[in-house]
Amino acid sequence: MAHSVRRDAPELPDFSLLKRLARDQLIYLLEQLPGRKDLFIEADLMSPLDRIANVITLKQHDVDKLYKVEYKPIVSTSDQLCFLIRPRIKTVKWICDVVNTDKAFGRFRRYKIIFSPQKFYACENLLEEQGIFGDVTTDEWSFYLLPLDDDIISLELPEFFRDNFLEGDQRWVRTAGSALHLLHSVYGPFSKVYGIGRCSKMAYESWREQVEEGEQRARQAEIGNVFLIDRDVDLVTPLCSQVVYEGLVDDIFRIKCGCVEFGPDVTSSDKSIKVMLNSQDKVFNEIRNEHFSQVFGFLSQKARNLQTAYDKRSGMDIKQMKTFVSEELKGLKQEHRLLSLHIGASESMMKKKTKQDFQELLKTEHSLLEGFEIRECISYIEEHINRQVSMVESMRLLCLLSLTENGLLPKDYRSLKAQFLQSYGIDHLLTFSNLKQLGLLVEQQPGETLTVMESRVGKLVNDKTAGKLTDAFSSLSKKSNFRALGRRLNLVPKSDEEYDLRVPRDMAYIFSGAYIPLSCKLIEQVLERDGWTGLEEVTRMLNGHEFAVTGSNGSDARVKTDSQRIILVMFLGGCTFSEISALRFLGREKGLKFIVVTTAITNSARLLESMLDNHA
Amino acid sequence: MAFITANWNPLGEAFYRKIELYEMGWSLRDGLKECLVAAAPYGGPIALLRQPQRPSSSARPQLEIYSSSGVNMASFPWKSGPVRQLGWTVCDDLLCIQEDGTVLIYDLFGAFKRHFSMGNEVVQNQVLEAKVFHSPYGTGVAIVTGASRFTLATNIDDLKLRRLPEVPGLQGAPSCWAVLTQDRQTKVLLANGADLYILDNTSCTPVTPPGLSPQACSIVNMAVSFSYKYLALFTDSGHLWMGSANFKDKLSEVDTKVRTPPKQMVWCRRPKSQQPSVVIMWDRLLLVAGECTDTIQYTLDEESVCVAELDGVRIVGGSRHELLQEVPSACQDIFKIASMAPGALLLEAHKEYEKSSQKADEYLREIKEQSVLGEAVRQCVEAAGYEHEPETQKTLLRAASFGKCFLSNYPPEPFVSMCRDLKVLNSVRDYTVGIPLTHTQYKQMTVQVLIDRLVYRKLYPLAIEICRYLKTPEYQGVSRVLKHWACCKVQQKEEPDESIAHAVSVKLGEAAGISYSEIAARAYECGRTELAIKLLEFEPRSGEQVPLLLKMKRSQLALSKAIESGDTDLVYTVVTYLKNEMNRGDFFMTLRNQPVALSLYRQFCKHQEQDTLKDLFNQDDDHQELGNFYVKASYKEKKLEARLSLLQSAVDEYNKARNEFAAKATEEEMKLLRFQRRLDEEKGEALLGLSLQETLHALLTSNFHKQAEQLYRDFRVPDKRYWWLKLTALAEKDDWEEMEKFAKSKKSPIGYLVCCLYNLYTKPFVEVCVKQHNKYEAKKYVSKVTPEQKVKAHLAIGDLEGAAEAAIERRSEGEISTVLSRCSPTTDRALLERLNRARSTAAKK
Repeated sequence: MAHSVRRDAPELPDFSLLKRLARDQLIYLLEQLPGRKDLFIEADLMSPLDRIANVITLKQHDVDKLYKVEYKPIVSTSDQLCFLIRPRIKTVKWICDVVNTDKAFGRFRRYKIIFSPQKFYACENLLEEQGIFGDVTTDEWSFYLLPLDDDIISLELPEFFRDNFLEGDQRWVRTAGSALHLLHSVYGPFSKVYGIGRCSKMAYESWREQVEEGEQRARQAEIGNVFLIDRDVDLVTPLCSQVVYEGLVDDIFRIKCGCVEFGPDVTSSDKSIKVMLNSQDKVFNEIRNEHFSQVFGFLSQKARNLQTAYDKRSGMDIKQMKTFVSEELKGLKQEHRLLSLHIGASESMMKKKTKQDFQELLKTEHSLLEGFEIRECISYIEEHINRQVSMVESMRLLCLLSLTENGLLPKDYRSLKAQFLQSYGIDHLLTFSNLKQLGLLVEQQPGETLTVMESRVGKLVNDKTAGKLTDAFSSLSKKSNFRALGRRLNLVPKSDEEYDLRVPRDMAYIFSGAYIPLSCKLIEQVLERDGWTGLEEVTRMLNGHEFAVTGSNGSDARVKTDSQRIILVMFLGGCTFSEISALRFLGREKGLKFIVVTTAITNSARLLESMLDNHA
Repeated sequence: MAFITANWNPLGEAFYRKIELYEMGWSLRDGLKECLVAAAPYGGPIALLRQPQRPSSSARPQLEIYSSSGVNMASFPWKSGPVRQLGWTVCDDLLCIQEDGTVLIYDLFGAFKRHFSMGNEVVQNQVLEAKVFHSPYGTGVAIVTGASRFTLATNIDDLKLRRLPEVPGLQGAPSCWAVLTQDRQTKVLLANGADLYILDNTSCTPVTPPGLSPQACSIVNMAVSFSYKYLALFTDSGHLWMGSANFKDKLSEVDTKVRTPPKQMVWCRRPKSQQPSVVIMWDRLLLVAGECTDTIQYTLDEESVCVAELDGVRIVGGSRHELLQEVPSACQDIFKIASMAPGALLLEAHKEYEKSSQKADEYLREIKEQSVLGEAVRQCVEAAGYEHEPETQKTLLRAASFGKCFLSNYPPEPFVSMCRDLKVLNSVRDYTVGIPLTHTQYKQMTVQVLIDRLVYRKLYPLAIEICRYLKTPEYQGVSRVLKHWACCKVQQKEEPDESIAHAVSVKLGEAAGISYSEIAARAYECGRTELAIKLLEFEPRSGEQVPLLLKMKRSQLALSKAIESGDTDLVYTVVTYLKNEMNRGDFFMTLRNQPVALSLYRQFCKHQEQDTLKDLFNQDDDHQELGNFYVKASYKEKKLEARLSLLQSAVDEYNKARNEFAAKATEEEMKLLRFQRRLDEEKGEALLGLSLQETLHALLTSNFHKQAEQLYRDFRVPDKRYWWLKLTALAEKDDWEEMEKFAKSKKSPIGYLVCCLYNLYTKPFVEVCVKQHNKYEAKKYVSKVTPEQKVKAHLAIGDLEGAAEAAIERRSEGEISTVLSRCSPTTDRALLERLNRARSTAAKK
């Protein structure tokens, strides 16, 4: 999207430093257990670890064999075992079993547990209960942040969403605070911090606390403002089908830790290929933010260009040929390889997505967002369920329906639920209970009883308790207010106008012009207004917890230095590639640069899968 | 300047001087006679244990504690057992080692702190002699018992008793002994007659000092230097041997010509000393012996005690307190009579300058000609540090300052820091404070420790003053002092909680980095729980409040503070504590009021204690969650009966929760499970655990149409769904005949459902057929499709002409375009033309 680029976009800070810090600490920790050792790595730490230190680096530091934690008895023959795990009870329990088995066999080994990014008291407590606290040494690898790309940093904590928003377990909040603290101490100080959501507020407070405990150093700030946002402020956006290239790749092939595995249907050979998807990939970098319908045209243009570049060879003399081979050919070949891969991927996606079903699915989604022909949508969903198209997709549509309609009518709620259970199994009863608790799929409440009661109670008791009560009530009646928000913030552009996807005019292009993501719109509005003034009604509908705090060097915020135009957005509970694309678009429009920090990259499938409770 | 050298005594190359530090403020009737005395190094306090005049059973010895200037700090009758030895720790605590091996620890003000024992064996054999020593590991205690065995404790704060091996041939106490720290190991050096032994953890090694004169038959006294590097031995022949403590070198041997065993012998050496020297004390005589054969002798007119210091020896007597040391070379250079050293000249120049005499210029010129003015200034500054009299210090510093004026780039730091140091030193040397530190000691000890010492003496204002004056960072300086002050303040029993809390908060309000929790902890230790809670309120970090609150059994408060802190680890700490402390009911009730703690505990139970989770829901009458719990439990159950009974419990709970939907769904699940089991038994199908839809599908594909029909009715499966299922199943089996039959037979039951269902039952047919690549079959149904969908249906089966036909018939521009896009220009030219024509006509309308 070469058009409308403001040339003066600031340079992003160098986040590879974070990787170096993490690697150095890991090596230090490994050296704390001198001698040869076997390393057991938790499955979901493997890919992040791969980004930090490869096998060779690990082997250089006396790691003998690498194993994945599989919750099975181990076969290692080493006398020293090192476990690199997330602080989860299940994993610690497994380690306890390993140690106790060794004990029973009279086998002596040295054990070391490295918790990443931090250890929890519960884990240590478990070690104590199992009587092996003295047998193992524990350490923390404060590997909070993994830079996935120039402007994406992930905490790689997919369980954050469920733990925090569903189970009410706030233990990761401090982790988020620490991550923010790390960013602050390396790239800060921040001039202004905005946020919305309960969890954001807590993370902010936790960070402030850590700042106050530590030493302050005056440095050249590399990041201007910070925006914290809870995922549950905007649940609609991640539930929509993604149609921007990068998001679509994620939806279909699942990007894992910045890396995707293209199967045989893409590579048109019989083996799959793993590809890193980031700005280093020149072809990808140019199409990642494009609407899918534009990608093919772009790719064919690119192919033609490439051909022209190759064709240059024909009229060359030997000397020119020499420089061509030494300088250009390698780059061209690389580009060629990538191009063929992305064309393959697009083809494969085309096959899936241009089908009738997908068009109808999108149409239904758009109708839901617009609040138009709801009954047709419901029967479409019904059919979807009946035909068992896909469990997660059905659930996604149900949730989208509930969120946009502020809950389902009791009659619909029951019948859809019953049909869903018949289709996909009774065990989803628990899933529904989870969805209800989170406010993703609810029954419409008769009348406004709660708000009335709330205000009455509010008058009776003093401020503080009233605040708490409101909290309690708001969690009871998690209302999405999507329609009202949509009107107020102009999220759904009028459908009668034709939307030219080649020249996007606003962030709605990421959803084919049907919807501007609420999360990104909020960020835009707050940055524009330099705070929440004028958005009181919006924040009320979003259950409040908004804040805007001027930092230590906020006084000179008016001087627009380059770093002032770098905005760090932290999504607590995950964000989608579409949202990142939208922010990149916003950045280009306003001459800003956004850095997205997220607890994990999410999409509708991941989000809903985390809600499932149908497995034993 | 002659008077300064008046008290100098030469010994070989060096001079020694004895300076009076204080006239003692105490009034001891008999001086130090019959007293057990312990004086701490670095100008520390002095403890006296005065034996009663007449040894009778009723009279108790008196324990007194004084500052170095003799100001009384504590005094009380000794009520415990007989004391063998007194000693001071590095933190200014008094150690009283009793005959039975018990060691009692008192603070500076005579308040008892704690006690420990040197081992059971000692109780029987008694302590014969004991020594308190300092090492890098802290303060240690060594004793020798009646059974001639040594026991060591290297650090009394981390007590580990080590019993050393037996010494061959030793009966009773050795003639003399000392504790050595060598190679990071603590050893005992002892003399039994003429034999010397080194005792370490494992062995007893005999040693011979090199070059000890042979006429000695017994070593009667020994002294180890402050740094444990040098050793001095005194033999019964009156010889003094000096050498290194590792017995590798001999430094010198001096014949003192005194044969009586000395009362005390200590090293008198400073860092960068010109010669090693030892001070030996007899009843009336004090003798300094060095490398040369000469000695310096002082007469003593009263009972005294020598205290070894880093850079000299302090001599504490009944009425005076003196410092004996080698004159530092800087002072020697300046003050030695007729010295022509640069410093001396500069001092002279300044003196003349003060007198407004032009001689000043001459002296200065002389220094400058040798270009040693920098050296002169340095000497004066350094010498000022070594002088005890403020007047002398001033004179020297003024001279230095004067000299500095003629230097262009002399760094100011040494001068400024010396001025500061001296100001601090003079203030602590003051009679009322009584810490006679020398500059060397002060540098060795660091400001931090000096502040600590002042704090131990409760001299808070002075400590704060010094911190401010030296601009110590608040965290290590003022705040630390204030914290100690507050800790002391909370111990004042007579003041009410309110006023103490107020006073503390007012004083500490502004200071950074104060840990109120530590102060509160101290208050709690003194039994003032209420005060502790009040103080905790001031603690800004709620995380710090929690452990103490738990200790004080204020668990509710602790829980809410932990939650406030946002640190789940803390919450969890409290929850675990509560779980162990309270009975279940109370515990659950407490959690109930704290949602954060509750959900945390639930998370834990989910992984660890499923049954507790059930109890938790029971307690809360949370039937919904209980229902969910049973459903979840049923997944894990392999046996059907158990599974059904769990589901039944779930149904009951859901009913109680008035969740009819869930109850009904669960009931249906049970019904389905029973049905599946029956079929499995009868027909050998593996249906158990499938969802309703999957069951139906399985039945239909296996040709159990009747059973499927029954399920369809029993579970009131919506018609649409059933149709879909049946069609899919038939198509999968390629049972096109049956499908055709089905389509025709069932026409009537859906017929009255009009258009919508008509649409359903045909359109899906097409799709299903296409899916199975059976275009031929699909064609049969195209005719039944509603007009709106005809084009799509034709396209789906790849019948372009049919699609074109339908589109043209319907005159829909959009549909015509769709068909157009599917046509290829080469093969379907005729069709293309027709369509284009039709489109233009449709557009006109």
